[in-house]
Amino acid sequence: MDEEYDAIVLGTGLKECILSGMLSVSGKKVLHIDRNKYYGGESASITPLEELFSKFGSTLPDEVTFGRGRDWNVDLIPKFLMANGSLVKLLIHTGVTRYLEFKSVEGSYVFKGGKISKVPVDQKEALASDLMGLFEKRRFRNFLVYIQEFSEADPKTWKDINPQSATTAQLYDKFGLDPNTKDFTGHALALYRDDEYINDLAIHTIRRIKLYSDSLARYGKSPYLYPMYGLGELPQSFARLSAIYGGTYMLDKPVDEIVIENGKVVGVRSGTEIARCKQVYCDPSYVQDRVKKLNQVIRCICLMDHPIPNTKDALSCQIIIPQKQVNRKSDIYVSLVSYTHQVSAKGWFIAMVSTTVETDNPELEIKPGLDLLGSYKKKFVTVSDYYEPTDLGTESQIFISTSYDATTHFETVCTDVVNLFKRGTGEDFDFSKIKLEEEAS
Amino acid sequence: MAQIWLKDRVDSAFITQTVCLDDVTIRFEIWDTAGQERYHTLAPMYYRNAQAAIIVYDITNQDTFGRAKSWVKELQRMAPPNIVIALAGNKADLPTSRRCVEYSEGEAYAEENGLLFMETSAKTAMNVNEIFVEIAKKLPKKEVNNGQGGRRLVETAEAPKTSNCCK
Repeated sequence: MDEEYDAIVLGTGLKECILSGMLSVSGKKVLHIDRNKYYGGESASITPLEELFSKFGSTLPDEVTFGRGRDWNVDLIPKFLMANGSLVKLLIHTGVTRYLEFKSVEGSYVFKGGKISKVPVDQKEALASDLMGLFEKRRFRNFLVYIQEFSEADPKTWKDINPQSATTAQLYDKFGLDPNTKDFTGHALALYRDDEYINDLAIHTIRRIKLYSDSLARYGKSPYLYPMYGLGELPQSFARLSAIYGGTYMLDKPVDEIVIENGKVVGVRSGTEIARCKQVYCDPSYVQDRVKKLNQVIRCICLMDHPIPNTKDALSCQIIIPQKQVNRKSDIYVSLVSYTHQVSAKGWFIAMVSTTVETDNPELEIKPGLDLLGSYKKKFVTVSDYYEPTDLGTESQIFISTSYDATTHFETVCTDVVNLFKRGTGEDFDFSKIKLEEEAS
Repeated sequence: MAQIWLKDRVDSAFITQTVCLDDVTIRFEIWDTAGQERYHTLAPMYYRNAQAAIIVYDITNQDTFGRAKSWVKELQRMAPPNIVIALAGNKADLPTSRRCVEYSEGEAYAEENGLLFMETSAKTAMNVNEIFVEIAKKLPKKEVNNGQGGRRLVETAEAPKTSNCCK
């Protein structure tokens, strides 16, 4: 450990592992440390099941048999990949996709008036949907056609609205959408978490709906993908990329001090050893004095022996409960994965209900989500603080990622990673530095 | 065959090697551990669906034999139950005066733990092909269909339209 590195990365969460990979590929000498004995930090998948129970301070009960403990890989945060989103592009361009296999998420649902309906995404589904009345269906159909034909480069497709200056509210009004349609469009298609986007530029909403529909077009069924063996495979894969390009890995290594000289980081101390470095990249848990808490996210993991009712027995799905439906400011998300993804024992399902905390009784806030699940055999609840760095790291050369937010996908994860890389190196990441092997014969 | 051991391993995440056994062709997809074994930080990803593992130690270095044993334990704990594990005592080309781990020592340990065992030389290619053949003999003859039906992601040149699964 007593060596000099260009960069030391602390924590093996997904963001840190992508960064570590990017830095190693760019020719930097990287040391990557985690205080835990497993990869993934906050974005780990916990295995075996006994480990999950002990993480939450309990032990496997005798009366319920959860199958073989080793068959379980339980995510700590619920997220899916948008099939046409930034993380998929990053996986493909870095070649990391070779280490992974995915399955499409089977269904995408939205909660309205006490029940769940499939999210309509094309003209045909819009006309068949039970979410809208007859006239509203036509208006929504026209809106979808507009989005489909819209091209940023071709003002002719903008019709008589300028999306660079008009608000989303004005865009909706142009098509005469009713409040209910606006609600599921903004929350279940554009995937906004609250209603502030209404006064944001229309172009942002259009881009997000396009991401949804382009993702859906890739593999059908839903716009989401999920990796076999759980999300924890993602940080491991990027760690492998970093190692192949020379990165050194140490797990189960306490980090006792980040050594600063003249306001700038010069190393990391573990016990009596000091590894020297020019830069540190880390998650907020390693630098509590350099981050500020913005809010909290509640996540509830439920182990069940059946699919979610009213989802056509889908082995995986997402349900969005738009905030207005349950008198909240932020949406509640429900996600389901199962044994088909090798994350649970045969016949078992893992549901996760999450939202941004708004009151001092967060467990009560997620009740509308839990009510959709039917019965569950075990429930684990976490309330995590959401942190942001207090500065950009330019002076200290300590570059800190934000915590994982309540969004259901990885778009904000990628934005944060790309920003951190640019702040740290002053450059955009150059994908051409990755030498992809030829396909094996 | 020796080139798979001697080849510059940097940038090679996978190496593939084909072994013919009677009328069956077996393609090994060999994963480079990329130094992640150094501080015992090999990710669980490496064990997934692995059908065989070769643990290599240096017969001129007793420490490496000790570490090889701890890797055997790790694999027996973490890897799929039917994995074929081979133990290879490498650098067998070096003069006997430099040897620290006796052949009988490696062999006895392998026998106790149900491992294949050979002494090899990456330098002269001694027993390198043979160890793959021995592993091949112990693998299930049928193509293993793990039945998971996951797909690999590939880049599409054209705009995404329909399924582009390549698996």
